[in-house]
Amino acid sequence: MAEVDLRSFTVNFGPQHPAAHGVLRLVLEMSGEIVERADPHIGLLHRGTEKLIEYRPYLQNIPYFDRLDYCSMLCQEHAYVLAVEKLLEVEVPERALYIRTLFDEITRILNHLLNITTMALDCGAMTPLLWMFEEREKLMAFYERVSGARMHANYYRFGGVARDMPAGLAEDIATWLDSFEPLFEDVDNLLSENRIFKQRTVDIGVVTAEDAFNLGFSGPMLRASGVAWDLRKAEPYAMYDRMEFDIPVGRNGDCWDRYLVRMLEVKESMKIVRQCLDQMRPGPVRTDDKKVTPPSRANMKRSMEALIHHFKLYTEGVHVPEGEVYAAVESGKGEFGVYLVSDGTNRPYRCKIRSPGYVHLQALDEMSKGHQLADVVAIIGSMDIVFGEIDR
Amino acid sequence: MAEIWSGTLWPVLVIVFYILLIAVPLMLAMAYLTYAERKIIGGMQLRQGPMTVGPYGLLQPLADGAKLFFKETVIPTGSNKIVFVLAPMVTFVLALIGWAVIPFGYGLVLADINVGVLYLFAISSLGVYGIIMAGWASNSRYAFLGALRSSAQMVSYEIAIGLIIINVLITAGSLNLSEIVLAQSGLWYAIPHFPMFMIFIVSILAETNRHPFDLPEDEATLVTGYNVEYSSMTFALFFLGEYMNMILMSAIAVILFLGGWLPPFAIFPFTLIPGPIWFILKICLVLFVFIWARATLPRYRYDQLMRLGWKVFLPLSLAWVVLTSGFLVYFDMLPR
Repeated sequence: MAEVDLRSFTVNFGPQHPAAHGVLRLVLEMSGEIVERADPHIGLLHRGTEKLIEYRPYLQNIPYFDRLDYCSMLCQEHAYVLAVEKLLEVEVPERALYIRTLFDEITRILNHLLNITTMALDCGAMTPLLWMFEEREKLMAFYERVSGARMHANYYRFGGVARDMPAGLAEDIATWLDSFEPLFEDVDNLLSENRIFKQRTVDIGVVTAEDAFNLGFSGPMLRASGVAWDLRKAEPYAMYDRMEFDIPVGRNGDCWDRYLVRMLEVKESMKIVRQCLDQMRPGPVRTDDKKVTPPSRANMKRSMEALIHHFKLYTEGVHVPEGEVYAAVESGKGEFGVYLVSDGTNRPYRCKIRSPGYVHLQALDEMSKGHQLADVVAIIGSMDIVFGEIDR
Repeated sequence: MAEIWSGTLWPVLVIVFYILLIAVPLMLAMAYLTYAERKIIGGMQLRQGPMTVGPYGLLQPLADGAKLFFKETVIPTGSNKIVFVLAPMVTFVLALIGWAVIPFGYGLVLADINVGVLYLFAISSLGVYGIIMAGWASNSRYAFLGALRSSAQMVSYEIAIGLIIINVLITAGSLNLSEIVLAQSGLWYAIPHFPMFMIFIVSILAETNRHPFDLPEDEATLVTGYNVEYSSMTFALFFLGEYMNMILMSAIAVILFLGGWLPPFAIFPFTLIPGPIWFILKICLVLFVFIWARATLPRYRYDQLMRLGWKVFLPLSLAWVVLTSGFLVYFDMLPR
């Protein structure tokens, strides 16, 4: 009998595909509707961020971190700023830490709202997306009021934040929280117990806790598999040690658990935002270390020393002592880390970025094997990948 | 000469006139169905929908039509060109000819044939050919998967629809659509056959490839599936066909279950409104359900949809046939 050469049906999924969440290109080998192999091809959004960072003074690198994962901007700035602060050994004033905590959580809500709703959209439910994007718009307005930019805030600084929150912003955030809660409940009602949504997500892309460790998962992906690991609790930074919040943990590690963990995390973030607003007291928002913080305009006119500091900071920038450091924060997607090597000049010698999406994407093949084509879409949705941080 | 005129030409002219009388308002209705859909979904999603073209965006459907009309028709190099062009025409024509037997009011029907239900059933079954032809002729993998899904889906839901129609037939005792409507003058079949009515509504969602069963187009997975390679008028014909099918299926649902042109109660204020108006109002009600489902529900997966069709709807409707016929025979209520 002649040998029959069976070839599987290959589908080129992306990079221009509505469910590719950016520029993901998947080569899917399928047998009918069943996926036998999913091969992610990345690099279409590579901008050489890590190399660019080596050629710029420390301060000018902060905007690059906004542009990595463009859904959790300030969390990433936070990681970089933390790393530099560790090397500089500066004290950050309390109010600045509160502002950072507050905006990290607002960022988390921004990120999770995007992911939850786009995942729903991938499963065919389009209404939550339009409901929640309006709320994201309001959150971005808070970003704008505090930093001047809707998305790429460039707001955190070494030893604090760029400027204090404008008057009335705290009250407006509190008012927004009250109006947001019922809307978020609506999304919860529309999706969480919807039978079709559950059929699409329960037992899809299951990852056990052990596999999750082996694959290097972090953030909601790891917690959905049943591991209560959260950097905000494990290694508290900013003001997280003073906040009361729970870590939602999943049980099965399927798409539905990942979705639920994110839903609950939004609620926890709302709690943290409330606590920040309650506990915040007026005070300075930047360290008074003259080698890090530029002097005030008025002071510059009177003090020769201040003028020199200003000149040095705005021509050379901050000089960071020699050393290497790793700082990580819990961004919306997982552990976002910055490994920084300084050679004592005003520019980083090397800056390695550990992005959670990159690690999560490598599990795609394992998670989608044997599932249907429509499940791959749900799995990609539940992974919360953004190509800005994967390709860097 | 006079004989040809009165024997052939004149009746043909009359029929063409009647056809236009149905087709032209239908095209208009279809155009404004897209507008209504966008407005209603917009309302449900806390936005406005089309607002720029004309007052309240009322001219939007015409602008869309004009845009599609003036676009270039792209025929892919690898496609089977004849089938590729033929497919949208098949879909469109099949969506249109079903209307020949739909009674808009008492006696207001183009062809009052005695097998009206069977005719409609045949037409709606043929509808799948347009999609399969499109998916195959495009020579694109996404389109191909869409076409495969569509063929399986339509076949499985037609069986359920067929059994549901049998329920109506044995209750009404006729295959003529007008007589089915008249048989409901006492009680709409949606009430005694309520479970069948619900299954029918769900099945016509699947039959017309509408959300949550729009797997052949599934934009999240297949990037609109079978019509991914189509553009301009060829796409417009698919689009027209889909919406026309929605209206047609709603009309069938109204005739079979909601008493066609009959008013809800045959008493004074209701009888003032003429039958065709009632008919249109009821169609709008069913169409609203189509749109509502689209705004609310996520999409089924292919195998789940098949399971629903074969393992849930088929046994249920079959059991209902047994129940209905048993009931009618036992109480000697079979229509004569």
